[in-house]
Amino acid sequence: MTPRAGELAPASPANRSLTMLRRLPIWLTILVLVGLFILYSMLTGDYLSTLKFLVVGVRLTVISAVLSYTLALVLGLIIALGRVSRNLIAYNLATLYVEIMRGVPLLVILLYAQFVVVPGLSNWLDANLHTRLLWQRNAAIAGIIGLALGYAAYLAEVYRAGIESVERGQMEAARSLGMSYGQAMRHVILPQALRRVLPALGNDFIAIMKDTSLLTIISVSELTYYARQEASRTFQYFRTYNAAAFLYLTITLLLSLGVRYIERRTSGGRR
Amino acid sequence: MDDASLVITVNDICKRFGALQALDHVSTTVKRGEVLMIIGPSGSGKSTLLRCINHLEVPDSGTVTIDDIEVSERRGNINRVRADVGMVFQRFELFPHLTVLDNICLAQQQVRRRPRAEAEERATALLEKVGIPEKRLSYPTQLSGGQQQRVAIARALAMQPKVMLFDEPTSALDPEMIKEVLDVMLDLAHEGMTMVIVSHEMGFARNAANRVMFMDGGKVVEEGVPDQVFSNPQHDRTKLFLSRILH
Repeated sequence: MTPRAGELAPASPANRSLTMLRRLPIWLTILVLVGLFILYSMLTGDYLSTLKFLVVGVRLTVISAVLSYTLALVLGLIIALGRVSRNLIAYNLATLYVEIMRGVPLLVILLYAQFVVVPGLSNWLDANLHTRLLWQRNAAIAGIIGLALGYAAYLAEVYRAGIESVERGQMEAARSLGMSYGQAMRHVILPQALRRVLPALGNDFIAIMKDTSLLTIISVSELTYYARQEASRTFQYFRTYNAAAFLYLTITLLLSLGVRYIERRTSGGRR
Repeated sequence: MDDASLVITVNDICKRFGALQALDHVSTTVKRGEVLMIIGPSGSGKSTLLRCINHLEVPDSGTVTIDDIEVSERRGNINRVRADVGMVFQRFELFPHLTVLDNICLAQQQVRRRPRAEAEERATALLEKVGIPEKRLSYPTQLSGGQQQRVAIARALAMQPKVMLFDEPTSALDPEMIKEVLDVMLDLAHEGMTMVIVSHEMGFARNAANRVMFMDGGKVVEEGVPDQVFSNPQHDRTKLFLSRILH
């Protein structure tokens, strides 16, 4: 009997060891080995000073990622509601926003934020010269706003996919009970949509964490900024960027584990 | 029009989906306490008519009036009218992220602005009525189809509607679960609830319906009391349809 498509071939010893090999997280093993290698080098002293120098940048990397992601989550939801709205103005504004922000490189958005949005915003918010200068000097604020504006477009599309994945009958049932569109959206559609897109939202958090490295171009002193400084100071490019990559990986892998955990809880734990 | 016993007045409504004329100048009235059953082949417009009554489908022309209030898209109006019109769907459409109790309480709290305790009390009483009080803390996916549909009926009743609309309420059920749902509907009919039902449950029609309406091609072909329509149909189209479903 030939095995049908999708069925597992009968287990021979060779096959069984292959299955075991498949289950083994080889990628993780390699990663751990590399980590150990770097750890070893660190103890020899070369890497230690590099890491010490770079680790200062981690603070701003994490802060900008968390803040810009939070902003993007809120802004993205508002835009997504516009995208699924039957209100022509809301729909067109939201779509325009998404198309523009997806079509412009994040780096260009960041330059916009630094040299156009934030100066404009500080003028509008406060005429006080002192505060205005403070705002304009603080590139991190521009960076966070820029990242948030860019990622809001991506997150909006994630939310929209979730909202549209909820069966039409759910909205009809809610409306048939006399609930307004807003009430139905808030109490019936969104709770289901969010649960479905939670893993995708988590992935975008990891992505934004990495994209904070772009902030280096507008002189935000985050991890990559420190790495470039260290590299040009010592000319030890290999060692410096190894250390930077090691730090990024440590952060993103931890996040990745977190996302997996959430994924398992939402799919497996779902009644 | 001023007849106080009229709950629903459907006046000359038309609805077109692309090339399909789903409703073609349909008019009818439903009196208070009346149980109207709409039958007909698929695509005859019976579901569309039902959905036009609470404006889940907006008719291209014509009007629907419920207790002298015209159902229209005007802001606020539509929500108030719908709160008074319960609807039961073929595929239940319970909210899967909420417990049975929360399913029944949500609209009571959001629309009727009832305090939680009062909403819960009513929900519990209604679950008792539909025969599954023990399932109040279960999630919809933990229930059988028949149980889900009974919760859906309780959810609609919690709003204390003037009219109940049923859109093929037993079509998605396993055969052995149909009776438990029909029994609940039968109770409602005996209590004097005004009901409009799209269904092919002929036994139920004979037992509970005051009037049967046969639709085909978006038009009302004939209507009358169940016995008359079933045993002595006037139109060939009705005869053909009945002969096919009454094996």
